[in-house]
Amino acid sequence: MNLGSSVEIITEWDIVAARQLGRNEAKQVGFGTVDQARITTAISELARNIYLYAGKGKIEIERISEAGLVGIKIIASDEGPGIPDLRKVMEDGFTTSGGLGAGMPGVKRLMDEFKVISEVGEGTTIITTKWLH
Amino acid sequence: MPQEVTKQYKEIMSKYLESQSEEDLYVGQQFSRRFIEKDIAPEDVISIHKSALFELHPNLRKQVWDSLDFLIEMMIHYGLTMREHQSLVRKQEAIQMEMNVATKVQDTLLKTVEPDAEGLDVGWISQPAHQMNGDYIYFLNQENASSVAVADVIGKGIPAALCMSMIKFGMDGLQNENSSPDNVLGIINRIVEKSVDDSMFISMFYGKYNSITSTFSYASAGHEPALHFSSGTSAFTELDARGLLLGVKKEAIYDEHSVVLEEGDFVVMMTDGVTESRTENGFIEMSAIKSLLAEKKDESAQEIADYVYSELSRMQDYQLSDDFTIVIFKKKTV
Ligand SMILES: Nc1ncnc2c1ncn2[C@@H]1O[C@H](COP(=O)(O)OP(=O)(O)OP(=O)(O)O)[C@@H](O)[C@H]1O
Ligand SMILES: [Mg+2]
Repeated sequence: MNLGSSVEIITEWDIVAARQLGRNEAKQVGFGTVDQARITTAISELARNIYLYAGKGKIEIERISEAGLVGIKIIASDEGPGIPDLRKVMEDGFTTSGGLGAGMPGVKRLMDEFKVISEVGEGTTIITTKWLH
Repeated sequence: MPQEVTKQYKEIMSKYLESQSEEDLYVGQQFSRRFIEKDIAPEDVISIHKSALFELHPNLRKQVWDSLDFLIEMMIHYGLTMREHQSLVRKQEAIQMEMNVATKVQDTLLKTVEPDAEGLDVGWISQPAHQMNGDYIYFLNQENASSVAVADVIGKGIPAALCMSMIKFGMDGLQNENSSPDNVLGIINRIVEKSVDDSMFISMFYGKYNSITSTFSYASAGHEPALHFSSGTSAFTELDARGLLLGVKKEAIYDEHSVVLEEGDFVVMMTDGVTESRTENGFIEMSAIKSLLAEKKDESAQEIADYVYSELSRMQDYQLSDDFTIVIFKKKTV
């Protein structure tokens, strides 16, 4: 099974559209209110990063199932400048917002699996998954 | 979500909704610690609240449920901040443990010999303001002479502490050299100039007591002047000598002076953590430090040093603003 849909991120309003799509999909999968809010927040952070740092990109949302588990997978991709120092970005307390607990480490905490592929000058792809427990 | 917690929360809340008593609030607040213990995020607390409320009063208006969903959304970032905070605290604990080890290594690495010149009574104390000491004392014994270097790395903490070991190994290399104070500072200056970052400076006072002539000779690299207490006149004289901070200029020249110590005379070498001791009312006057020293003039060098330290730290409410070091060379009375 592989149901999916995607949102192009170009303006700030597209962030809202991506959130909406994510929340609906999460609800469909069967996540409770709190996890819906967590998944939506993760999408929001990733979409905002695309909007702020890459200019434009895409959020894809897939419902997934594997070995009797169901979940949701988010793929955020752009062809922006890429992230030069990934290790730093994944450190707590590094975000420009400064200790507001969000950013990429926040996304990692909100979700179960998290993977970044980033090439300077080529773009960034982040794949993150949450399973329904 | 732990079912047990939800069930207990519901019971406690239901009691409160009936009584609105302080007692039930107290019970509830004690219970809230369980949330923290079990690492339950704030958004989950609200979700627990919502389920409990729904079981107790399913027929409340729709706005109530919607507003609770809104509140859950509001709490997600608080929850993240809490987790980030926990992870930073754990990181800090790890750093603290490394620091404790580093401090032990520093102590072992920088161990110095005891001065043993005939007729000389020596006392010293060196207390870091924070964990690692940026002040450094090094003693050197040679035939009929004991010397001391008192150094203060400008800048505090770990970088300063790392710098110490360089001075130590520089001094260790001097054992067989001409150890006249001006010469020693010249040598150490060249080592520091070569190996240390441009932003790091070290002040150093070097004093040498010759037990045959009872002469105390000294040189200074931009360090606090020492004080010479004369037992004959009960007066203090400043011992200062011209010279640049270590590490500033390769060819720096250091002046050397000397003074003869009479029985009961003593020389006090300090770092600026002593002379710039601060209370709420400003700096502690040099005259106050001199009176403390004079009060104990007939005691041993160690007792004088300990007394000055305990009095000055008491005046500062036991909060040192800078590393604090005193070394006293006293000529024994026979
Ligand atoms: N898609 C991206 N393309 C290029 N750089 C990015 C991208 N996403 C993140 N970055 C870089 O990584 C840094 C960290 O991102 P992160 O989202 O963790 O924090 P932030 O956006 O600076 O602050 P916050 O999200 O807390 O408001 C960003 O400042 C940015 O430099
Ligand atoms: Mg961001």
